[in-house]
Amino acid sequence: MATPSSALQRPTAFVADSEAEAKFQARKNRLMWRRRLLPLAAALLLLGLWQAVVVYFGIRPFIAPSPVAVAYTLVDRFGILMQNLAPTALEALLGFAIGNLSAIALATAFVHNKTVEEAFFPIVVLINTIPVVAKAPILVLLMGNGMEPKIAIAALICFFPTLVNMTRGLSAVNPQTLELMRVLSASDREIFWKLRVYNSLPYLFSALKIAASTSVIGAIVAEWIGTTQGIGALIIEATYKFDSPMLYATVIVGASFSVTFFFVISLIERLVVKWEPQAVH
Amino acid sequence: MTALAVACDRVDVHFTTERGTVTALHELSLDVEDGAFLTMLGPSGCGKSTLLRVVADLIEPSKGSLRVLGRSPQEARSKREIGFVFQDAALMAWRSVLANVELPLEVGGGASIAGHAASPRELIELVGLKGWENAYPHELSGGMRQRVAIARALVTRPRLLLMDEPFGALDEITRDRLNEELLRVWEQTRTTILFVTHSLYEAAFLGQKVLMLAANPGRVREIVPVNLPYPRRLALRETPEFVKLVAHLRAVLETC
Repeated sequence: MATPSSALQRPTAFVADSEAEAKFQARKNRLMWRRRLLPLAAALLLLGLWQAVVVYFGIRPFIAPSPVAVAYTLVDRFGILMQNLAPTALEALLGFAIGNLSAIALATAFVHNKTVEEAFFPIVVLINTIPVVAKAPILVLLMGNGMEPKIAIAALICFFPTLVNMTRGLSAVNPQTLELMRVLSASDREIFWKLRVYNSLPYLFSALKIAASTSVIGAIVAEWIGTTQGIGALIIEATYKFDSPMLYATVIVGASFSVTFFFVISLIERLVVKWEPQAVH
Repeated sequence: MTALAVACDRVDVHFTTERGTVTALHELSLDVEDGAFLTMLGPSGCGKSTLLRVVADLIEPSKGSLRVLGRSPQEARSKREIGFVFQDAALMAWRSVLANVELPLEVGGGASIAGHAASPRELIELVGLKGWENAYPHELSGGMRQRVAIARALVTRPRLLLMDEPFGALDEITRDRLNEELLRVWEQTRTTILFVTHSLYEAAFLGQKVLMLAANPGRVREIVPVNLPYPRRLALRETPEFVKLVAHLRAVLETC
């Protein structure tokens, strides 16, 4: 067997040097803590500044609350906040599931049948151009005042980015890999499951990460149109009562839920997409 | 059993584009013996890649007859007798080296030839990647990825290996190394190889014969025999015979 190849093999490429490795590890740790602590310090600084401004200028609570007042409300009215987060979270999660699943299904249909794509894509684009605040009343009239229109809005808002990304992910496969599958006499089914689906996953997850936060926005905006429950309703109520600490606390609860949702999706992405995708735009 | 791996008889390939019909290949006749190593050289637009794709049943000839391993190209393809290596390694980023090499056994009824197939692990060793079985493509260099692509093409034990500028995107050092190793693989597997390249040196170094194609339309210009003994080593390229041969190829290429 020829020797040149052996030089490329793994074991010979790495030499043990515990001192250098320890230094490298220490430097890596330092950088990691720095990356975590710096934003935290900046956030604390801004909160302090906010508190100082409110106290120093004597800003009245119905205009803007101090961070301490917001924190107090968060603790004091935690029960009510959570009670109202539950329906919003449920609407967002159900909308997320329904919107993304139907987007994936339609993208699959698009890839299998060009006619379907040509017929329906312009309609989808048209519906997507209608602003959420305009879609919401229409859906409330259609579906009543319960959870259904909120779920529908959350689903609609997730739908478009996922449809576009998924269609692209399923179709933008390396042409030479496609030729390879043809040389291997792979069936369309095999090309779909062994090539297109995997190829689409990085695209899908970029869309799901967008959808994680927009589904919550969709649910909240939908709640503005007539309901007595949920983060959206609480926002309206607090605004009309000039209860600024409650308004801020509600916003924080809603945002925290969005961020958590986003991180859960990112975590799942990291578990599923272990390879380095070629390039996802 | 036929002695011919590829028998091309007055094959035409036309493509219809917006600017009219292009003749990629015109009355191309060519016989390639079983077990041969034929390199193909020619200016761009001479139809080298088209010829490989016609043989692999990726493109249908517009006219003429073509037999691959004594069958129609479609039969040869579906019997998994053809391996193809592209300029891009075209590995699946989500599969490990081993899983990429195993791909041909998983699709297109590949399981049915499993008894006859080569061992993926042995092939990985053959192309010099032992120890990298579980690595992912993004961890590999360009040369290593192309080695994986070669191992993948060989796993069905194809009797015909088609290579479309497989080392065209690699640096010269890697390319030289892989040239030597490809000859070793050929000597061990005895599969017929059709190898398209843009490099005069590569064409002369690898092939038993060099097929020179002329462009517009693509047709055979000349078949130049390479009378240099195997096994060939890189030092061969410094010999007067080799230099003379390359000079001849260059002279012919200028008339293509």
